[in-house]
Amino acid sequence: MNRILINKWTKTAVFMACLGPLGLLVWEAFNGGLGANPTEFIEHATGDWILRFLAITLAISPLRKILGLPQLIRYRRMFGLFAFFYGCLHFSTYLGLDQMLNLRDVWKDVMKRRYITVGFTGFVLMIPLAITSTAGWIRRLGGWRWQMLHRLIYLTAVAGVIHYYWQVKSDVHKPLEYAAIVAILLSWRLFLWLHGSHRRPLPGSVTRKEPTTAATD
Amino acid sequence: MLLKRSPDLKYSDVTPRQVYLNRRKFLFGMGLTGGVALAGKNLANLLYPSVRAYASTKLEGVVKGPFSTDEKVTPEGLVTTYNNFYEFGTEKRDPSKNSGKFQTSPWSVSVEGEVNKPRKFTMDEILKLAPLEERIYRHRCVEAWSIVVPWIGFSFSVLANLVEPTPKAKYVAFESYFDPKQMPLWKYAGIQLPYVEGLRLDEAMHPLALLCVGMYGETLPNQDGAPVRMVLPWKYGFKSIKSLVKIKFVKNQPQTTWNITNAHEYGFYSNVNPKVDHPRWSQARERRLPGYFKNTPTLMFNGYADQVASLYNGMDLVKNY
Repeated sequence: MNRILINKWTKTAVFMACLGPLGLLVWEAFNGGLGANPTEFIEHATGDWILRFLAITLAISPLRKILGLPQLIRYRRMFGLFAFFYGCLHFSTYLGLDQMLNLRDVWKDVMKRRYITVGFTGFVLMIPLAITSTAGWIRRLGGWRWQMLHRLIYLTAVAGVIHYYWQVKSDVHKPLEYAAIVAILLSWRLFLWLHGSHRRPLPGSVTRKEPTTAATD
Repeated sequence: MLLKRSPDLKYSDVTPRQVYLNRRKFLFGMGLTGGVALAGKNLANLLYPSVRAYASTKLEGVVKGPFSTDEKVTPEGLVTTYNNFYEFGTEKRDPSKNSGKFQTSPWSVSVEGEVNKPRKFTMDEILKLAPLEERIYRHRCVEAWSIVVPWIGFSFSVLANLVEPTPKAKYVAFESYFDPKQMPLWKYAGIQLPYVEGLRLDEAMHPLALLCVGMYGETLPNQDGAPVRMVLPWKYGFKSIKSLVKIKFVKNQPQTTWNITNAHEYGFYSNVNPKVDHPRWSQARERRLPGYFKNTPTLMFNGYADQVASLYNGMDLVKNY
């Protein structure tokens, strides 16, 4: 399995699959598949995929350990960047089709409406993560600081779920499903942290400049 | 007013929806598979998804009614696949997918409360109370989208006058049909059911207030509130209650579903008002479906101010949102 994960064609295939939701939207847009309210459809579809990619990204570390697949780390950055990519689509749909690029209205919305405030915050927090996602930035920041910075994704995931929960009118079961998934993924980290295992990084992950104590997989 | 209507066809004579659908599916399947019935039916299900499978019956003798807008009518296929009808699911496409088997015949509406002549109306009786009028109304949802729909029905006041409201009647309370067995997704609705709505008596008696039995020339599709609903074009869409079973004339302001759910966001009046924002979004502009841009300015009372503004003289519409 690790062998398959290392294969560059696997990575290409996963990359193409991640573009699938966008491809489907474009196809539906040209075939009347978006229904009566295309803008709302796009906003909901892209919103869903942000949360899914955030959850997938957060699931990488637990899955590496549970499934014994350390090479999964090769995909984490890609999934995280796809969360940001769908975030950009989501935000620009709101900016362009809902607010028609009226930045004053957007700012008023962001300041006044809490579900927009929290969603916007989650999106903005992804920007530094996307920028510093390169190997060069990891080097420049140093592994420790880079890792601390990239823990902002926890906040983005929580903000995303709250944004969704506050956005729906009465049926909260879908936002609660996402909330449960994010809660599990974050509790897993909390659990490790409480038990001190966070000091034992897996091979291949970003480490502090200290000798690692564990190298088994 | 005289009008011609086929006298022998009763509402209850209408072919039940399922039979009608099966017939279509069957024929469709036969044609494609050369008579392999089972395979044909499965294939037909694939090619003819339930989203498109509403099949309403043409309403005869419909005359042009007052108050119609000359704006472009929203395509029927969009209106019937984009619904808020939480009993059948909370996603916009859910009601068209899940309401196909909803039994709307036989049907009756009970009219009671502060009236001299309480009674039950069967659907057959309702259809004969007055000439059916087509009225093309703007329909503005609280979610800031709007459509233009050719409804069919007559003013609610026709029915109200028949039961003779007493002087004690100050409000009208409406109630939707609710049957957990036929509406299994009600659990996710997040609102108290049955759905209830209400109007002040003078609002209900306004000629714009439509007791609606059809749209686009046909009976109402299930997802749009079959077989009979209210349409109140100067109010946000959720005030226009669907699948009516009970109308009660009452002394005090009745409870309304969305107000019970979230009083802060949905008031009793819920008149369309571009100056009073929903707490979570602006109501100044709307998206005229199926457009992409939210670039249509929202009009006071949804453009029906000339007709209804006088109902609210001297009222603070910010407080009474």
